[in-house]
Amino acid sequence: MTQASQLAPQLVFVWQDWATLFVHYLSLSLLAIGGAITTASDMHRFLVDEQHWLTDAQFNASIAIAQAAPGPNVLFIALMGWNVGLNAGGMLSGLLGVFTAMLGMLIPSTTLTYLAAQWGHRNRERRAVRAFKQGMAPIVVALLVATGWVLTAANGSSMKNWPLWLLTGLTALIVWRTQMHLLWLLAAGALLGWFGLV
Amino acid sequence: MTLPTHEHRAQPRSLTDLFVSFSLLALQGFGGVLAVVQRELVEKKRWMTREEFVEDWAVAQIMPGPNVVNLSLMIGSRYFGFKGAMAALAGMLAAPLVVVLLLALVYAQFADHPGVQGALRGMAAVAAGLIAATGLKLFGALQKNALGLPLCTGLGVLCFVAVGLLRWPLADVLLGLGVVACALAYQRLER
Repeated sequence: MTQASQLAPQLVFVWQDWATLFVHYLSLSLLAIGGAITTASDMHRFLVDEQHWLTDAQFNASIAIAQAAPGPNVLFIALMGWNVGLNAGGMLSGLLGVFTAMLGMLIPSTTLTYLAAQWGHRNRERRAVRAFKQGMAPIVVALLVATGWVLTAANGSSMKNWPLWLLTGLTALIVWRTQMHLLWLLAAGALLGWFGLV
Repeated sequence: MTLPTHEHRAQPRSLTDLFVSFSLLALQGFGGVLAVVQRELVEKKRWMTREEFVEDWAVAQIMPGPNVVNLSLMIGSRYFGFKGAMAALAGMLAAPLVVVLLLALVYAQFADHPGVQGALRGMAAVAAGLIAATGLKLFGALQKNALGLPLCTGLGVLCFVAVGLLRWPLADVLLGLGVVACALAYQRLER
């Protein structure tokens, strides 16, 4: 048994607790500008510090696994719900936790996005709508480059990390300039890492 | 403003096509799905132009919630309205959800393995390159921008410095720089 599972709390969940979990995610949904991960610190405060529904290890593992797995990173929310559910019983309550957390996180933001997109499409000839799209374009494009930079810099800038920087730089160059399939690049990165070359 | 008539625009054939396409996209997206969405939907399937992609991405980014989820919702609704939005959304989330739960079940056994940790580190470095390259490629979409290329470049550099180097909070940058950029665009569109 790992240390994490020994420390995992044994929870008794009644429906009010599920409702509390749901409402917490509902309340965070519209605050998550720039992605769900921007509200992670508040989730930590609520789930770990206040309610003691998750251990620190479970909280961090939820984020780490979702980042390693394919698909949108927002699935760390599903894993947090899953772990709360596991702590409160078993697989079945785990699944209940998955859907409680995900629906809470997604319903407000997707509803708003859908309505805004529809409105924007109906009014696409309006000057204000066109100005929004044209004005935001350079910013969101630059944001992607900045995100790549921030992710690379998270490795630390010390000299011994130069292979990671090189790998990121080479990848960017190859993707920018060639049509090589992205999965080959990811596989190459995994292999280099597995053998300790980066 | 009338859009130029497009030479034979490709588009998803059905809700199933939309669902399956987004499932496949999501399953290839290690460390972020956006690069794959751009590559597959813009460059390979040609469901949308680079310019349309940037427009949708701007909305997806500024709205609350997960960006690629917002983006899939918007792309789906372009073709089949609400049903399309739901099909694309389900495709983006359903299969990866199963994968992530399976990974969670085996995580404890492998988390400390040095090879696995190394592989994840290597994939994260590649993923960082993918996202940066997507930004570089989409820069070409700014050539037709109403702000003009010099102003776009200036705003882009400011954004990069604020977020990448100074590490200002994303929401502040989007709002602060965004208001200025939209006001400038508004002014230029008058003419």
